[in-house]
Amino acid sequence: MAVVAAPRADQEFISSTVVREQASLWRDGLRRLRRNRLALVSAVYLILLAIVALVALVWTPYPTSAIGVAPIYSGPSGSHLLGADELGRDLLSRLMAGAQISLAVGLLSAAIVLGIGVVVGLTAGYFRGWVDGVISTVINIFYGIPALLVALLMVTVLGRSFTNVVIAISATVWMDVARLVRGQTLSLREREYVEAARASGARNLKILFGHILPNALGPIIVAVTFVIPSAILFEAFLSYLGVGIPPPTPTWGAIASEGVQALRLSPHILLFPSLALSLTLLAFNFLGDGLRDAFDPRQKR
Amino acid sequence: MTRPLLEVRDLNTHFFTDDGEVKAVRGVSFNVQPGETVGIVGESGCGKSVTAMSLLGLVQRPGRVVHGEIIFKGQDLLKLNKKELRNIRGRDIAMIFQDPLSSLNPVLRIGFQINEAMRAHNKIPRRDISRRGIDLLKQVRVPDAEHRIKDFPHQFSGGMRQRAMIAMGLSNKPDLLIADEPTTALDVTVQAQILELLRDLNEQTGAAIILITHNLGIVAGLCRRVLVMYAGEIVEQGPVEQIFDSPQHPYTWSLLRSVPRIDSDRQERLLSIEGLPPDLIDLPVGCKFNPRCPFRVERCFTEPPVIEEVAADQQAACWVTMKRAYEDMNAATIEDTSPGAASGVHPRGLRPEADPTAALAESPQ
Repeated sequence: MAVVAAPRADQEFISSTVVREQASLWRDGLRRLRRNRLALVSAVYLILLAIVALVALVWTPYPTSAIGVAPIYSGPSGSHLLGADELGRDLLSRLMAGAQISLAVGLLSAAIVLGIGVVVGLTAGYFRGWVDGVISTVINIFYGIPALLVALLMVTVLGRSFTNVVIAISATVWMDVARLVRGQTLSLREREYVEAARASGARNLKILFGHILPNALGPIIVAVTFVIPSAILFEAFLSYLGVGIPPPTPTWGAIASEGVQALRLSPHILLFPSLALSLTLLAFNFLGDGLRDAFDPRQKR
Repeated sequence: MTRPLLEVRDLNTHFFTDDGEVKAVRGVSFNVQPGETVGIVGESGCGKSVTAMSLLGLVQRPGRVVHGEIIFKGQDLLKLNKKELRNIRGRDIAMIFQDPLSSLNPVLRIGFQINEAMRAHNKIPRRDISRRGIDLLKQVRVPDAEHRIKDFPHQFSGGMRQRAMIAMGLSNKPDLLIADEPTTALDVTVQAQILELLRDLNEQTGAAIILITHNLGIVAGLCRRVLVMYAGEIVEQGPVEQIFDSPQHPYTWSLLRSVPRIDSDRQERLLSIEGLPPDLIDLPVGCKFNPRCPFRVERCFTEPPVIEEVAADQQAACWVTMKRAYEDMNAATIEDTSPGAASGVHPRGLRPEADPTAALAESPQ
């Protein structure tokens, strides 16, 4: 029953000591992402949109709120590529500025949702027990109340402003990410490396942010990517209803709303902002799909 | 004898489940001397790992240490608060786990994980950490340590992962290393290397080792002393050679008889232990091994045996002990190891008040 003497370990892996290229998780994921043409096209579109939004900060063909720079309701022409609205404002300039609002709302809401979702989800999943009970109940209550109602109420109570719209949107979409993080944490906390970290004297915070969060990052990034388009859509919807960011700030939703009133006369006022909105939403969704396939292969159908 | 590094006194760890109270560890007591190597053996579910987890306060809900003392370097670990206990974990007592793949975080580099263990405790000066990380990997014989320290766990083989785990365990120069089935997930040649490594490290660093395993060969290869656990209790303990030569508890005896030996006759039958370990919620009265023991006597069904000295430095908890089984029950030659076979005692014919020796007299042999 004696253990057979073994050769020294030094010879064990001589062949594997050649330094190889580091095939990290992220590099792998990026390679998979590059192969996905739809996701790639979407990414390019979104980068262009971001550039346009940034350019609009310093330059637009005409001042965005200048009235009468073109004949009212005039269609697309050489000097006004996308035509003008009912007050004779240049539509292209207004759409460019609208891109700013949309992207800002989307990204800001996503960041807030990410922050809330990660903290709430990690807490619920890691500490379980009554903490999880309370948090899960709150999540379910938020799911139960119609999102539009919450947003309308919040904007009405807090007042119409960019900040309040972002807050209202975040308050209605944070649950998905929180629930996802909670689920991931519940499963990851049982892994042996978490046990091992605990056995080596790591603090809870270290375990949560050093061991559990990095392993859940793939699905979280994917989920947050899907938060952006829903936030953009929600903002456009609120603006369309006239409870979003107040005029004269040009937002796609508000422009579309004006366009509906003049639909017979000049359909381009509705057409162009709707097109911009649809393309942006599509792009974010395709990119999200691509990211999911690249970083979260287990979820592939 | 010097003062023990670790003294465990009457440790009881129970799990409070919906089905009832699972008494996973009951009345376990043992000592570990500084630099000593102690093996804990027993079959799955006998409480080996729970004992180890209890030492570090890692038993999770619904489990709880309900009673006992764990005195490590003069202080009772069970009386420490969470923070004090965390400072002991990984610093004075380190633990390595069964499956090195799942014990390493897949998204973090090996070096980062080893260094993190040192950063958590401030025992190693900060500026020495990255140097020591590489030195540790060298010490556990990972070739090309300078480069491999930047690898991710999936780039390491099973044996190297376990080496990395051991490096992590040793990083803070602990006084005690608890190895919970460190070789179970590895193939035999790598097992032997890891054991040799543990033995060398024990000599070099002077860290005591508690080795938890179900493999008697591994205990023989590494440990000086062995504790045999059955159904949450220590049934026998003593020096390894002595226990292997003359086990006194029928369970130890059966375990040793069930191990295939390279030098044994091919015709010789391996003796398995019939039956299953008892349900830890609803334990048998008397000796916990009585439903499976070939040498049981009637007293085994009424009174739990106390652990007592059966030979110099060797203790066993058995009313019969193998010494008597050999003398009175022909234990040396029995083929049939079914419960009660050697003694002829079956639960149905029990007479609780009867003299156990009477049952022996009636036994067919």
